[in-house]
Amino acid sequence: MSRWVISGLRKGIVTTCYPDRKETAKGVSPGLPAGSASVPEAAGRELEAVCPTGAIRFKRGEAQVDYRRCVHCFRCVRSTRFPLEWEPGYEWAQLASTGTNFSSWPKVFQKSMHIRVVDAGDCGACLNEVKQLSNPYYNMHRLGFFITPTPRNADILLVVGPVNDHTRLPLEQTYEAMPTPKLVMAVGACALSGGVFGPSFVTGNGVKDVLPVDVEVPGSPPPPLAILHGLLFAARCSAGL
Amino acid sequence: MPDLAEMAAQAERNWPGDVQAWVDRRTPLCELRCPPSEILPEVVRWLVVELEYRFAGLIVEEEQDEWDLRYLFYSIHGKPGWARLRVRQPLERPTFPSISAAVHAADWHEREAEDLFGVAFEGHPRLGDFVLHDELWQEAIAPMRRDFDERAALEERKPDLEWRPRRIVHEPGAFAMPIGPVYAGVTESAQFLLETVGEDVIRAFPRLFYKYRAIEKIAEGRTVDDCLLLAERFAATTAFAHALAFCRAVETICRVKIPPRARLLRVLVAELERFRHHAGVIHDICESTALSVAASQAAIIEEDLLRLCCELTGHRYLFGLAIPGGLSCDLKDSDCIGAVETAGQILSKLRDLEEGLRYSSSFLDRLEGVGIISLQDAREFGLVGPIARASGLEGDLRQAQPYSGYEDFVFDAALEREGDGFARLRVLIAEAEEAVRILDQVPARLKAGAVSAPVVLQAGRALGWVEAPRGAAFHGVHLGEGGIVQRYRAIMPSFVNWHGFHLAAENFAFQDFPIILATLGLSVAENDR
Repeated sequence: MSRWVISGLRKGIVTTCYPDRKETAKGVSPGLPAGSASVPEAAGRELEAVCPTGAIRFKRGEAQVDYRRCVHCFRCVRSTRFPLEWEPGYEWAQLASTGTNFSSWPKVFQKSMHIRVVDAGDCGACLNEVKQLSNPYYNMHRLGFFITPTPRNADILLVVGPVNDHTRLPLEQTYEAMPTPKLVMAVGACALSGGVFGPSFVTGNGVKDVLPVDVEVPGSPPPPLAILHGLLFAARCSAGL
Repeated sequence: MPDLAEMAAQAERNWPGDVQAWVDRRTPLCELRCPPSEILPEVVRWLVVELEYRFAGLIVEEEQDEWDLRYLFYSIHGKPGWARLRVRQPLERPTFPSISAAVHAADWHEREAEDLFGVAFEGHPRLGDFVLHDELWQEAIAPMRRDFDERAALEERKPDLEWRPRRIVHEPGAFAMPIGPVYAGVTESAQFLLETVGEDVIRAFPRLFYKYRAIEKIAEGRTVDDCLLLAERFAATTAFAHALAFCRAVETICRVKIPPRARLLRVLVAELERFRHHAGVIHDICESTALSVAASQAAIIEEDLLRLCCELTGHRYLFGLAIPGGLSCDLKDSDCIGAVETAGQILSKLRDLEEGLRYSSSFLDRLEGVGIISLQDAREFGLVGPIARASGLEGDLRQAQPYSGYEDFVFDAALEREGDGFARLRVLIAEAEEAVRILDQVPARLKAGAVSAPVVLQAGRALGWVEAPRGAAFHGVHLGEGGIVQRYRAIMPSFVNWHGFHLAAENFAFQDFPIILATLGLSVAENDR
């Protein structure tokens, strides 16, 4: 056993300094397309057409991006004569319009939050990024976030995937089993908008079809830092900050 | 191993008047047209037992007025070659003979066809409650039929809360323990019905398709570009491999010649993905045995590779890179060389980890002799990928049916004999080593050139295949006029391997279950589609 202790100590600390400092290592995030404030008509129409999920809208001379729909296909960069600039970064979480009114929220989640993760039909990428949060690079435990095996102990329900038919009931039952106060965090393009799968006879427009969503984290998949930002965001909101 | 022309002649001799054969030299492929009678399982037995072809899968297609069933087989030994059995019947007669007794690997293919198309296979031991779960789909709906509109929302269906799965074991004291679909950990939704008399798991049924997103259905009527998004995203931890197979099918239909630089870069990216995928499975194995430091070190390796992929291609999971014709953007030579060097450094971390694991007897105790799949079982169930190779069943499409220039690379396909968890771990590590060995051969071959060729879409049918990180993957694409997708059949390694899951999980202790699951490294998303 001492072999592992020595080996582990030798590897040193690789944990990110985020959120104390921005993480600048390469490859931590694919970034997201930045909207463009002033774009000629031809460019705007072409960008609108090349985006497969309708994330880009050309309105009043602007190319506006709805991040909730972006599936990271890169066609607005690689398959057009008018490539959009992409912004590096990962702080993408936002309050959902359908969720809790935080002004009436009790201040209970300041020190630690327990997360119950539910896979509602995801492709595997979002779930894999959530798994990375426990790896040494991100180590969410140092910030007070823990994965719990049971909804009974959970504060946050973190949902990935578009919520297809067969996962709808398990998802609803998991939510019902969580005691209040509780938050729902929808992670990834599929959870926010159905991604490339919905709507169809088995999938809809994401988690909001089924549960009230509090925090949304866009991306396909959102990298671990974006999910971590989402968790910190949820914790801050619920602490009334 | 007869060549295809001989095979055609022999088939017509064996079953005169019943089987018509012809050879397509381009693929190369021998097609055998069979009647929907007891001749079909006979021909299947001849192909599999005498000629030693492997069963790839079954593609069912509803044509204008008939059913078109295509059973695909490929050779591992000898020259690359395919055999396709074709059975057709008018739509009013949706009953076919089952071939599961001849090729057990066909069992799940037939069940899926029954659920989704409503075709019946006579002699199949167990049909029903497979893709479409009985508690939700009470009426007999066949969503893959052409007249089923995938956009139409079905009536609000209420799940039958009284539904219970069938009990198989009736031993005194036995109880059924359902695990999932939502269960401990950050896990994919799937249900496991374990029947136990206490310590040992006697029966283990995976109840899958909780994640059924009907990819094959919603692909119909889409453009190639839109279908490519589906191909990448239904099992995104191996997104590039599946995108590549889909693109290859389209390229075969449209007779596109891929430029050498594109072929080379596709191999580079595919092997990076394989290395990263295997690191993830190694992490899961260490985590399942609660060896925390080892799990952390494996997680570091996986994250290093995710970051490397993002730095090189813009995305951690390689989205948006493979397109019909080649790649969507070029990669700089200096970046490629740097990536290969970094992969080598990451490999030395894996070697350190492996050495630590080799001397951890408490870890090895949980893997050695546990979760055994015998060679015979692996063969009968047609298992593929690292799992099959750990049981001694050879077969790696990069060597058996080379594509994208793999025939020019020097590498060994891993092979072990024991078929236990430790053998599977050794195969994963060996394949990671070989992936880096292939990567090391890339820089010397880098030459300037186009990274994609133009594609003129046309109608046609073709199969695209890859050795995906989890095993052989076959994408059957049928394009109609204007290049619109008419049928997209995704035969996935996880679908094939989940069928053999119970071989590893039964007759072992309860505590071994999560470890056995981790050593198999299966994807639910890839199976469920």
